[in-house]
Amino acid sequence: MSTGFHIVVCGGIVPDPLQTLEPVSTPAGPGLKNEMMLPAILDPWASHALFEAAHLAKGAPGSKVWLVSLGPKAKLQQVMMSVAQKAPFELVVCDGPAGGFTESAEVAGALAAAIEAIPGLDKTKLLLFGGWQSASRGTGTTMQMVGERLGVTEQFQGVDRLTVGADGSLEIMERVEGGAYQVSVCQGPPAVLGWATGELPEPPNNPQVGMQNMRLIMPALQKARPAKVGADGVTFAAVELPKQRRETRIVKDTPAEDIAREIVAWIGG
Amino acid sequence: MEKILFLAHTEADGSLSRACLEALSAAKTLAEGLGAGFDAALFGADVAAAANAVAGCGAGTFFCVSGQAFAQARYATDAAAITALCQAAGAAIVVCADDSRLSRAVPGAAHRLDGRVDAHVTALAAKDGAAFVQRWHYRQRMYAEVTRTQRPWFVTVSGGVFPAYDGAPGQATVQAVAVAEVATRTTVKAILAPAADEQTIRPDAALLFVAGAGWTKKQADGQPHTPEAAELILGFTTKAQASLGSSKSLVDMSGEGQTVLPFLTHLHQVGQTGATPRHPKGLATCCHGEEPHVVGWRFIGERRAVNLDANCGWAQGKCDVLYVADAFAVMRLVNAMIG
Repeated sequence: MSTGFHIVVCGGIVPDPLQTLEPVSTPAGPGLKNEMMLPAILDPWASHALFEAAHLAKGAPGSKVWLVSLGPKAKLQQVMMSVAQKAPFELVVCDGPAGGFTESAEVAGALAAAIEAIPGLDKTKLLLFGGWQSASRGTGTTMQMVGERLGVTEQFQGVDRLTVGADGSLEIMERVEGGAYQVSVCQGPPAVLGWATGELPEPPNNPQVGMQNMRLIMPALQKARPAKVGADGVTFAAVELPKQRRETRIVKDTPAEDIAREIVAWIGG
Repeated sequence: MEKILFLAHTEADGSLSRACLEALSAAKTLAEGLGAGFDAALFGADVAAAANAVAGCGAGTFFCVSGQAFAQARYATDAAAITALCQAAGAAIVVCADDSRLSRAVPGAAHRLDGRVDAHVTALAAKDGAAFVQRWHYRQRMYAEVTRTQRPWFVTVSGGVFPAYDGAPGQATVQAVAVAEVATRTTVKAILAPAADEQTIRPDAALLFVAGAGWTKKQADGQPHTPEAAELILGFTTKAQASLGSSKSLVDMSGEGQTVLPFLTHLHQVGQTGATPRHPKGLATCCHGEEPHVVGWRFIGERRAVNLDANCGWAQGKCDVLYVADAFAVMRLVNAMIG
């Protein structure tokens, strides 16, 4: 039995988490102040999915990894400069907005269309990877809809581990409530896996991989197909930062015994 | 008039989870606000007991999908059940919990019904005859108030936002809904849960204890005291029956193979790429960082912190009380006092 997988990773870009974010109104709906100027990264959970995909492909001869990303071309080019050094993949670009106020159903439509158009993609070998939520919209709904559009109804979310059996079956550990895992076995691809953090650390930069990837990334960016994605039918009545600022009482130069006593009383109160 | 549907699955013992009972309160609240009635839709191995348990909730009709195929959480069967239930009910707005089972399957059902989903909603209300939801964007950095025209509109409600429904049980008349046989290649094998005495993630705990990276740093004597940190942290969470959370940096250290605090996993992580749990109280120790990291306790009620920096961005303006003290010394005493 062939152990080769065709792994498609869906991953968008998000503002660097250390940036200050401020919502603004734009003619196209809510957005972020200076959105195009904010440094961006590959979505953290999608990054884990990409690292897991590369690791899986390395151990399964005949496998191939594609990264399908929806975002403004210029921002994607910046982000790919660093992502390309982490793992070997072929980039597929949808040129459109990457913000957190777009509609997941519309994003899913654009991603599914891009995946359908990948030359040589064998859907019987397809493992559709992505983050279980984005760090922008954060709904955790896009991957399921992409899977549905591609006819893939074996789906798993909050995945932290995938083990391929000798018979090609997939044993999958999904996060469920209370720090527990659900373990399922799927007979094989095609399947959708929305990854949580997985088990792999971020790979170190590999300039050779970076150079190899970049040979294909620049043409992919040039060939990017425009994706019309918005939030049709949605009305944003307000988008605001949380205003609550607490009056913090500072307790210092106080014996540890007194602090401990106060904490114990508070816990029990 | 909008047709509102409360959607839930049963647990292994045939009951409804607390999260589902909270979603029932949300559905009732919305229906009352819109001046509409609501129906209920349940699926699972056998839903009779669950339907009877909430028979007095005011739902018009109880639509039910029962059978062994729906006993376990599995996308293909769950999505088919949800689709059939919503079609049978003719639902316009579907309200349910955002637990792992429904979060996995609801988006697929929404796609099949040409609907839309607003997930992890933290407020739900009627205004001027229309339903509005509040949900957070950019990992709890900002929130939006949203309404939409598409139907069916699936709304998954975050835990801890609404009170759990607590009405008297009764005898519900259920309307069985048939689901065409679902082809699936997936078998659920097991649920792996930590042993009760090793459990450190307790969603229902009154207190969240957040451990920061400072626990593993060099202390006043120039040496790290990691084993003692582990003993103090686990000692406290066990005695206080608190839930344990951790900052990203501390989780990453253990994930990178260092023998730091081995009981910490990514499941404990709170903040930007972790969880944002809801607990009435939170105690953060040795946590440092600025606004982006603080989202981990965005939904904690009363907040206190112990660390050595009075100006720390984690605490200033974010917590009610900041104790500027050595967390080792304080927690050693706290553990002794709570026995």
